[in-house]
Amino acid sequence: MAHHRRSHLLLVMAIIAGLSIGVAGCRGPQSGGLTVAGSTSVQPLVEHLAERYMAEHHGEVVNVQGSGSTAGIRAAVSGAAAIGMASRELEPTERDLHRFLIAQDAIAVIVHPANPVKALRREQLRDIYARRIRDWQQLGGNPGTINFITREEGSGTRGAFQEIVMGDAEISADGIVQDSTGTVRAIVAGDRNAIGYISLGMVTPEVATISLDEVVPTHDAVISGQYPLTRPFLLVTSGEPGPRERAFMDYLHQPACQAIIEEEGYVPSAAESRS
Amino acid sequence: MRLREFVIEKLLFIAALSSLAVLALIAVFVFIEGTPIMLREGLGSFLLGAKWAPTKGSFGILPMIMGSIWVTVGALLIAGPVGVACAVFLVEIAPRQVADVVRPAIQLLAGIPSVVYGFIGIVVLVPFIRETFGGPGLSILSAAIILGVMVLPTVISIAQNALEAVPVEYKQGALALGCTHWQTILLVILPTARTGLITALVLGMGRAVGETMAVIMVVGNAVKLPINPLDPARTLTSNIALEMAYAAGAHREALFATGVVLFVFIMILNALANMRLRRRGSHR
Repeated sequence: MAHHRRSHLLLVMAIIAGLSIGVAGCRGPQSGGLTVAGSTSVQPLVEHLAERYMAEHHGEVVNVQGSGSTAGIRAAVSGAAAIGMASRELEPTERDLHRFLIAQDAIAVIVHPANPVKALRREQLRDIYARRIRDWQQLGGNPGTINFITREEGSGTRGAFQEIVMGDAEISADGIVQDSTGTVRAIVAGDRNAIGYISLGMVTPEVATISLDEVVPTHDAVISGQYPLTRPFLLVTSGEPGPRERAFMDYLHQPACQAIIEEEGYVPSAAESRS
Repeated sequence: MRLREFVIEKLLFIAALSSLAVLALIAVFVFIEGTPIMLREGLGSFLLGAKWAPTKGSFGILPMIMGSIWVTVGALLIAGPVGVACAVFLVEIAPRQVADVVRPAIQLLAGIPSVVYGFIGIVVLVPFIRETFGGPGLSILSAAIILGVMVLPTVISIAQNALEAVPVEYKQGALALGCTHWQTILLVILPTARTGLITALVLGMGRAVGETMAVIMVVGNAVKLPINPLDPARTLTSNIALEMAYAAGAHREALFATGVVLFVFIMILNALANMRLRRRGSHR
């Protein structure tokens, strides 16, 4: 039922898209941009690289849109986007997609710089988010209720955190929920009793990172695989990528791009390559 | 000439119809997308369920309904008295020059984008509440204060209209009988304008229920039943805005169903306000 209706909507959208491509087509032979849509964690990186790609490949247009991992994968399946971006591993139902790894990202656990707690074990972190540990005193810190901040249901960052830290335990409903990396960081930076988790590439000096299982989240620890909280940045296409998609994806694996990925604080993964 | 008149009239009619058609389309779309899951889950367990874990198949939106009610009532507790007092001041007490400055300033308040309110909330208000009252700071209280300020222009301008509509004879009569100015305001003008003042509150309430961006930033968005004003909570609007981008399948339907509940909420409030307005109209 719902699918039927959605296909009508898609039809209307396709007509509109078709018209606009027709109009855009007047400009040159390279009509219609390559649309890349998905995870807002991956978006800034791909946007940056797409700009370089467009500068080097005259006439090629790449549109990068942020809408979330799940939405990006859906867009790739439905054809609304040529390439989907995901900041989490594909789920079993999504395994038939073509998966292309561009980087590994670590998720850093952050606290206020004045917080004396600098190290946690994974079980302790799990117990904080499951609300079994409620006070910093229980962890050797100053007395105070732990204000733990999590991401919204369906976020790729939350998905990775759930999988790696929580396991079967549930993130307690008592947690503050924020829908972006920036607000999580802003809250932790202003609250001595707060704890949150964000992409390692987004950590600034306003907040302090916590070592997990005695591993400090550094670039080297992520590359060596010691730091446990990592997740892939993926590009996905429905079936084998076409020549234009292939060209863009291969470009991201070139040394110059891999260097940029590294500069941005992520771990490039040309070595691991496509599967 | 007559043909031209005819064509223009019809064109205007079509323009009027198109806005109605948009409303109808939105309503139909939201209901078609949202009602199946409510029926499948059972209306009772959807509206009164306390657990929301949409990716694991739990769809209870009671925490969000309560969150919306708490935040809205809180906003009105702030905007109601302040708004009515401000309207009384503008209509009855303020000298012309003062009113001429205050009035546009209040309208300016309505023009500030909600994300700016949210930003000020997160940077100034939230830390203040955390340090003064304890708790995480991101709370119903923060959201209520921010929303209270945001709905002030609505409340003030409608309350002002209501006060200005009080016949001048009433006021003259009260003063002639020896009432002081304050007694006249309290015993004659406010009671006469009562229905209009309630309309102001109801419309302010509608605006508060629907506000999203500023609320998301300061309310904490925790999905649990709030017990006191320092608890974080999640409202119906913030639930939709937070999760829509990622939602798929039943989760998406559940968000549309949240939209249905919100829709019904706001329709009831608007109907109430219209009823009040009409009754007031028939008085005169």
